[in-house]
Amino acid sequence: MTGKLNLDPALVRQARELAREAAEPVVELTRTHTTVSVERAVLRLAGLDGADEDGMPWVNRVVDAVRDSTGLEHGVALPAWDAMATGNYPDLHTLARDAAKGKVQFRIPAGDDRVRARGSAGRSVLAGISRIDAQRAVRDRMLAEVGDPAKPWIYLIVATGDIYEDIPQAQAAAREGADIIAVIRSTGQSLLDYVPEGATREGYAGTYATQENFRLMRAALDETSRELGRYVRLTNYASGLCMPEIAALAGLERLDMMLNDCMYGIIFRDINPVRTFIDQRFSRQVHARAGIIINTGEDNYLTTADAVDAAHTVVVSQLLNEYFGLEAGLQDWQLGLGHAFEINPAVPDSFMLELAHAQLVRELFPDAPLKYMPPTKHMTGNVFAGFLLDAFFNLCGVMTDQSIILVGMMTEGIHTPFLADRDLALENVRYVRAAAGKLGESFVPAPDGFVAQRARQVLGESIDLLTRIGKQGMLNAIADGTFGVTKRPAHGGRGLDGVVERADGYWNPAISIFSGGSGGSSPRDDSTVLEGSE
Amino acid sequence: MNVVRPYGDTTGDGRVQVSFTLPVPFGTETERALAEGAALQLAQKMGLEPAMVVHAKGMGPAFTFFIVYGRVSHLVDLSAVVVTEREFPELSAAEINLRIRSALGRKLVVVGACIGTDAHTVGIDAILNVKGHAGEKGLEYYREIRVVNMGSQVSVPDLVARAAAEHADAVLVSQVVTQRDAHITNTKEMAAAFAAGFGPARPLLVVGGPRFDPAATADLGVDRIFGKGTTPRDVASFLVHALAPGDPEAEEVA
Repeated sequence: MTGKLNLDPALVRQARELAREAAEPVVELTRTHTTVSVERAVLRLAGLDGADEDGMPWVNRVVDAVRDSTGLEHGVALPAWDAMATGNYPDLHTLARDAAKGKVQFRIPAGDDRVRARGSAGRSVLAGISRIDAQRAVRDRMLAEVGDPAKPWIYLIVATGDIYEDIPQAQAAAREGADIIAVIRSTGQSLLDYVPEGATREGYAGTYATQENFRLMRAALDETSRELGRYVRLTNYASGLCMPEIAALAGLERLDMMLNDCMYGIIFRDINPVRTFIDQRFSRQVHARAGIIINTGEDNYLTTADAVDAAHTVVVSQLLNEYFGLEAGLQDWQLGLGHAFEINPAVPDSFMLELAHAQLVRELFPDAPLKYMPPTKHMTGNVFAGFLLDAFFNLCGVMTDQSIILVGMMTEGIHTPFLADRDLALENVRYVRAAAGKLGESFVPAPDGFVAQRARQVLGESIDLLTRIGKQGMLNAIADGTFGVTKRPAHGGRGLDGVVERADGYWNPAISIFSGGSGGSSPRDDSTVLEGSE
Repeated sequence: MNVVRPYGDTTGDGRVQVSFTLPVPFGTETERALAEGAALQLAQKMGLEPAMVVHAKGMGPAFTFFIVYGRVSHLVDLSAVVVTEREFPELSAAEINLRIRSALGRKLVVVGACIGTDAHTVGIDAILNVKGHAGEKGLEYYREIRVVNMGSQVSVPDLVARAAAEHADAVLVSQVVTQRDAHITNTKEMAAAFAAGFGPARPLLVVGGPRFDPAATADLGVDRIFGKGTTPRDVASFLVHALAPGDPEAEEVA
C-alpha cells in the first residue's frame, strides 16, 4: 500500500529500531526465566488434562510437587519424565495422582537418565504440538472449502457465563453477520493461577475459558460455518496468570484468534511485569505455531488515559507488541494490533483526529490485521447519540481499511447487549459498509492538511517516548505509569512468586520444538547447550 | 399538586416512544399480523392508548423488534417525586487541600479497591489515578490526600487489614459487576467486616458503581454511594465534607 500520510520512512525505521532496543532487555529476561504457568503448559501439551476431586488441575499438582521437591530451575520436563521412567509410570495421569499425594521423589537426572528423560518428554510434547499442527491444517482446509470472509471481519462478543447459553447466541450472532465470535471470560479468571476444567455454566460477566468450553464452541461454530458458507472464527483470551496454558489449549482446540497483549495484564490486572513478559513470550510461540492471530489491547489505554494526549502511547505499545510478537515467531498477518475510537466527541475535529490516528496505524503496520475498537468511554445513556457515534466509528474503520471491527453497541456501559441492540448495531455496520465500503480508495488526506500533520505529530511523539523508554528501561517506564497512567513496579503485582530463574541445565521441550529443534526426541540430538539456553 | 404529562409536540399530548423485542416470528403475512397485534397489546397494557407500531423487524426465525409510539394517560405528580439532594458543596482542589490542612493538620488517607471477583478497575482508577475522569484529575492529584490503590479482586479481610495498617480515613470501593447482585452482597459483606473490625471508629465507607441505588446507604451499611458520572472532585468534596468539616460561614464565603 502506498502511503497517504507522507510518513518519513527513516522515522518509521527509527521508531522500530527504538522499540527493539527498548524490548530486547525484556526478551533476555524471558530467555533466562521460566514460570509455573509455562511449565504447566508443557505438561498440557504432553496431554496431561483433567483435575483432582477439588477441581485443581493435575498440571498444577505436578508442577507444585516438582517445585517443592527439586525446584523448577531445570524445568518440569526433566524431573517429571525421569520420575515416569524410574517409577515405571504408564502415563502422566498416574504420575500426577502419586505426585499429588507426595509419593513421588523427583530429581534432576544426569547422563543417560537425562537423555532418556529428554527423549520421552520430547516425544510426548511433540505429539501435542502435532495435534496443534493438525488443527491448523483443519482450519486451512475449512477456510479453503467453506470460505474465508472478506475483511473487515465483524467481531461480536457473547458473554452469558453459561457455555450452553453462549452457543446458541454465538450461532445466532454468526447468522446475523458476525465473522468472529469472542467469548468474554469470567471477570475473575485472569487472576486464577489455574485453568478451570470442563463445561461451565456459572461465570461473572463472562464464561470461563476451559478446554471443554473451547471444544464445544468451536464444534458449534464449525457447524454454523458450513451452514453459512463462511468460516466463523472463534476468539478467547490468552491473558492473566495462565496465559501460556490457555494459549496451548487454544492451539489444541483450534481457536482462531486470542487476545494476547504484552502489557495488558500488568497495567489493568496488576499482574507482575516479569511474570507477564515471560508468559507472553511462550504464549506467542504457541500462537505462532498454531496459526492463531493475536489481538493486542492498546484500546484499553485510551479508557483510562485521554485519547488525544495518549495517542502516541498506543503507537509505542503497538511497536513493542510487534517486536515481541515477531521475536516469538509470529508473522505480520498474525499481529492483530489494537486501537480504538475513544476521542471525546465534544473535542473539535474529533473525527479528523480519529482518522489521523487510524490511518497512521494502518500505514505503520500495512500487513497487520488491525483490530479497531468502538467508542466506550464517551458512550452515554443517550443511546441515539451513541448509535450515531458508532456509525462514525464504522465509517472511520472502512475509510482507513481496518481489518477487524468490533461492533459498537449503543447500550455500551448500560447493560450487556439485548438481542435488538446487537441487531441494530449490525444494521449500522452493514449500512456503512454498503454505503462507504470503497471510500478508502478516494480518501487521500491533503499532504499538509490537518489529518496528515496530526499523524506525523503522533509519530514524532511516539519516537520521543520510545527514546525515553530506551534510556529509562522498559520495566522502569512501566513502573512510572507510562502506559494507561497506572504505575506498576517490577517487583509488585500478582504472580511474581511463580517466576523462577533458569539454571544452566534448564530444558523445555516445547520451546526447543518451537525453536526448530527436535525437542530431544532424537536420541543423538543432545544440543544441550543450545537448547539449554532456550 | 403540580401535574405534568409527557410532551411530544403539544402540551399535555402524553406522547412517548418505546422499543422492545418479543419472542415471536415475523415471517409470513399471518405471523407479521400476529406479531404487530402482540406488540400493540403490550403497548396498551403499558398504558399507551392509542399506540402505533411504527417499525417491526424480524430478527432471526423467532424474534421481532418493535418501535412503538403512543399516548400515555398517566399523570406525573411532581410534588410526589423524592429527590436525594447533594448534602455537600462542590469544592475546588485548592479548597479541598486547604480544608484538609486546617481541619486535620495531616494528609487524608484513602484506601481504594475493587472487591470480590470484580476485576474492572476502570471505575476506581478513574477516581484515584492522577489522570482522573471527565477532565478532572483523580484523588492522587490532591496534595493533601494520600491514596493507596489496592487494585482489583481484593478480599474483604485484606482490605480491612490494609485500612487499619494505613490508618485510613476513608475506604473507597468500586463495584462494576452486578451479576446475581454481586455488588450488593459484596458491599454488605465489606460493611459488616469493617463494623466488626473497627466498631464505631471505622473509616468512612464509600462505594461506587453504575448499578447502585444511591439511596441505599443504610441498607448496605455504608456512608455514601456514588453512581455513574461521578467525578473525583465529587468524591473529594464529599470526603472533606464528612471528615474535615470547616467553618460553615467560611464555606459560604468560599
